Amino acid sequence: MKPLRLIGAGCLAILLLAGMAHAVKPGKAMSVQMHKGELRAAPSRLAAVVSTVKYGDRLTVQESRSGWIKASASDGASGWIHESALTPKRIVLASGTGDAQLAASSDEMAMAGKGFNSDVEKQFKDKNKDIDFTWVDKMETYLVPPTQLQQFMQDGRVDPSTGGAR
Amino acid sequence: MKRFLILASLGLCMAVGLTGCALLQVVSEAGTAIGTATGAITPGQAESIKRSATAVGKAMEDITPEQEYYLGRAVAATILKTYKPYDHATANQYLNTMGQALAAASDKPETFKGYRFLIMDTDEINAFAAPSGYVLVSRGLIRCCPNESALASVLAHEVGHVQHGHGLQAISQKRWTSAATILAVEAGKNLAGEQLAELTTAFEGTITDITGTMVNSGYARKLEGEADKAAITIMQRVGYDPNGLKTMLVQMQQRMQGGDHRGFGATHPSPEQRIKAIEPLLRNTPAPADYKARQDRFEKFLKSI
Repeated sequence: MKPLRLIGAGCLAILLLAGMAHAVKPGKAMSVQMHKGELRAAPSRLAAVVSTVKYGDRLTVQESRSGWIKASASDGASGWIHESALTPKRIVLASGTGDAQLAASSDEMAMAGKGFNSDVEKQFKDKNKDIDFTWVDKMETYLVPPTQLQQFMQDGRVDPSTGGAR
Repeated sequence: MKRFLILASLGLCMAVGLTGCALLQVVSEAGTAIGTATGAITPGQAESIKRSATAVGKAMEDITPEQEYYLGRAVAATILKTYKPYDHATANQYLNTMGQALAAASDKPETFKGYRFLIMDTDEINAFAAPSGYVLVSRGLIRCCPNESALASVLAHEVGHVQHGHGLQAISQKRWTSAATILAVEAGKNLAGEQLAELTTAFEGTITDITGTMVNSGYARKLEGEADKAAITIMQRVGYDPNGLKTMLVQMQQRMQGGDHRGFGATHPSPEQRIKAIEPLLRNTPAPADYKARQDRFEKFLKSI
């Protein structure tokens, strides 16, 4: 029975650790890990855009609320961004620097363009001429402006407050 | 008993999933320490276990959203070799608008360049969610949907796969181990030809692992259950009736009765099994009809499919 109890304790410890890893404290610095992102006036994808941020930008956490983080950028702009857009790691953008060499072996740093990147994709395309990326590139042009998204929801009376069942 | 403890610890770590795998190294160190102390494994073997566990743990952490993006692009392009895209701008725009609304309500609304949706020109009942949010849905599957809520359930299920990183989980353990050291290589201008060739080989292997699972074998039933559960949550958050998922599965069941073993028939649990699994999560009320303007725009879309 002892190992089982140990496993139970381990399980609890892992859950606690996981919980701690997700708690984002005010003052903590985080990096933008998406190509381009937005800081918004409220914690919602439909809220107005206050400022834009880009890959590798460092933000300072001010507040967090159910998956959303209020953070400020170095230019003083402040707004809400979803936590999935951020990483605690520092992202090194330029290769060939001392930081970049350090990033290859560090847990606190990640390097932009490392590993699978545009060079690898180019080689992959050269080796696999039968695989065509035309439509994948085309998919990336399918943008939906926030106004169109809002109109779509309104026109169809898709409303979160009703939980779907009117 | 001790061996049981090690196995159980490893099993536990696997059960915790990707987020818990940073703990893999710690767990295996504890495990190998116990194994060495009892003489079950030699110190040499212990070191080798520790090293490979570290490599695997690091490789998983090392898949940045940027790398996931390149994997997703190549997986989508590879699938589109078999399944041709349906070139209909209005229909794809409608799908993307609804898809964006659903993806925004998921637990992972932000991927490197965002979610994108595309219709595949086939009667086969099928859909794929490539890493980083490239979602492909067949005309055959769209035809299983009598209303917008049902279609929302299809898209939300695929978003659920992306949210949980199921595509990345299809990468074999062996591949992670061999790719780990190559992935740590510094990229950019300094990347030598040989290293780039090695990376490309690892990349190709990874694409094969992911597309092989998606197209041929399918995910484990547990992962499909996770995607269905995520779909219900997402639909509730957006404001679509989650009963739409059941509506769609009932239609799929009827269409598959002739014994269609292609697509979902080969890769997914049966609609009956999926209905049984989701029923406790749904209210015990029949799905209300969609609001008329919503139904009208859906039927207009369906006519183009």
